Amino acid sequence: MELPVLNNVAPDAGGCSAGSCGSTDDQMGHLPEHIRQKVFNHPCYSEEAHHYFARMHVAVAPACNIQCHYCNRKYDCANESRPGVVSELHHPVQAVKKVLAVAATIPQMTVLGIAGPGDPLANPERTFETFRMLAEQAPDIKLCVSTNGLSLPDHIDELAKHNIDHVTITINCVDPDVGALIYPWIFWKNKRIKGREGAAILIEQQQKGLEMLVARGILVKVNSVMIPGVNDQHLAEVSRIVKSKGAFLHNVMPLISEAEHGTFYGMSGQRGPTNEELQKLQDECSGDMNMMRHCRQCRADAVGLLGEDRGDEFTMDKIEAMDINYPEAMKMRAEVHAAINEELESKRSIREAKVQLVSIEGINPKPETRPVLMAIATKGGGVINEHFGHASEFLIYEASSSGVRFIGHRKTVAYCEGGDTCGDGESALDKSLKTLAGCEVVLCSKIGFEPWGPLEAAGIQPNGEHAMEPIEDAILAVYEEMRTAGKLDARPAEQQKVA
Amino acid sequence: MAFEIIESCVNCWACEPLCPNKAIYEAKPHFLIDPDKCNECAGDFEESQCVSICPIEGAILNELGEPLNPPGSLTGIPPAKFAELVARQQAA
Repeated sequence: MELPVLNNVAPDAGGCSAGSCGSTDDQMGHLPEHIRQKVFNHPCYSEEAHHYFARMHVAVAPACNIQCHYCNRKYDCANESRPGVVSELHHPVQAVKKVLAVAATIPQMTVLGIAGPGDPLANPERTFETFRMLAEQAPDIKLCVSTNGLSLPDHIDELAKHNIDHVTITINCVDPDVGALIYPWIFWKNKRIKGREGAAILIEQQQKGLEMLVARGILVKVNSVMIPGVNDQHLAEVSRIVKSKGAFLHNVMPLISEAEHGTFYGMSGQRGPTNEELQKLQDECSGDMNMMRHCRQCRADAVGLLGEDRGDEFTMDKIEAMDINYPEAMKMRAEVHAAINEELESKRSIREAKVQLVSIEGINPKPETRPVLMAIATKGGGVINEHFGHASEFLIYEASSSGVRFIGHRKTVAYCEGGDTCGDGESALDKSLKTLAGCEVVLCSKIGFEPWGPLEAAGIQPNGEHAMEPIEDAILAVYEEMRTAGKLDARPAEQQKVA
Repeated sequence: MAFEIIESCVNCWACEPLCPNKAIYEAKPHFLIDPDKCNECAGDFEESQCVSICPIEGAILNELGEPLNPPGSLTGIPPAKFAELVARQQAA
């Protein structure tokens, strides 16, 4: 039996809603066509597109007009991979040079974002000068910007002028009492305003900006940082409200919090959510909202495919030495994009054909069986093609009697890859076991002898039999095997809980 | 009457456009205040603008060399805790 591949449908949301089945592009299958057309090649909006299309951020916006407790304004760090840090700042002219160099070298690059390391709209001159030059010189690159929203209402006209069709607003709360626990101060009308009063102004501006963007037809994505004990109980309401106002996507991200980062949360021992807590909240929100589940929480100067950073290839001194003929590059880029689109389109039509088949076979549905989480080691391309030991992250899927759905990705290495000073003495395998908690199967192209035993002992079945197969097909096959073996009747083994 | 920016400045540019007297300028290794131009925003604003937006505790000093945003006043991180972290990172 074939099962459909589900999208962002919460398990209790009543199964597949129209238009959301049959697609792995989990963020997009259920979007209206006009929005889908705008975002289909945006790597940040689609788990599938991100294997084919690349993005970059340029760090032209260092100033900020608020303080968040998860941010350390000493943003200069080469080793850490998290939002708000960069290696070098650029003036707009340098930034444009860098963008053209990257776009010519990595033709898959479709999107340029300005995301910091401060707030782009607290640096309006540098941000908009960069956008203006790029719109002229590289009209084939999509432009997007992210903001805390405080000065967003003042810049709506300018955003619309530069053909920016996506804006991300980070909204962590709609209640000033919650906001007072996240934002110690804002700079507003020439004053620093602390505590609840500042948070209330920020919230009001964010909501106003969201409404104004939607009224202009500019797509709005909302990012929220999940902070256990602070806003975790509150984010489902945030999700409902931003959706009702017209945001097209909600991205709930886990708090990144380490003492070494020197943030208030890091230093006060505030923890981030576990993978399970994050997934639960994303599921809760998804009943109301298109959820984004594959965000890699990039640096403010990231370059390349999501999850990779090729920034080292494009330092300012290397860029100065490059001779870029952008009009020529644009022709080559158009060819590369056309080839990728053709491949995506053909994959899409194959999936659609499969769904048709399911709906015919669906007359005799199998009895309901319990859902199973599976972890996938992949380098991309929608197939199982990564060794267990080489995987720096796993994609997590849930198989159930109603189909397969993408849950998210989990990293196996710490966010900080800086070496000894960042490690906590855990072995790589211990880390992987922790990362895979809750999963019953891990599918990879190959797996060594050494991790096999500990994985099994933790209730996670390693499986290398589906190398190079499409992810969903392999998951469905394994789920069927589990059904046949009677493994879906009982709850997972007790030791699973320990893992 | 003038303020001073010291080496803990992270060069974030936030203060530069706010200065009513154009006293703040980009310099290496960090931004500086021209003491001849700075009047601490007297007569222009109720609060000194650079001091009100600067995110770094201790980066701007008054005439007496005292930090205008003392440790703990902006981030809420207790100064002792922060000193511990700095010591740990320097030792590593």
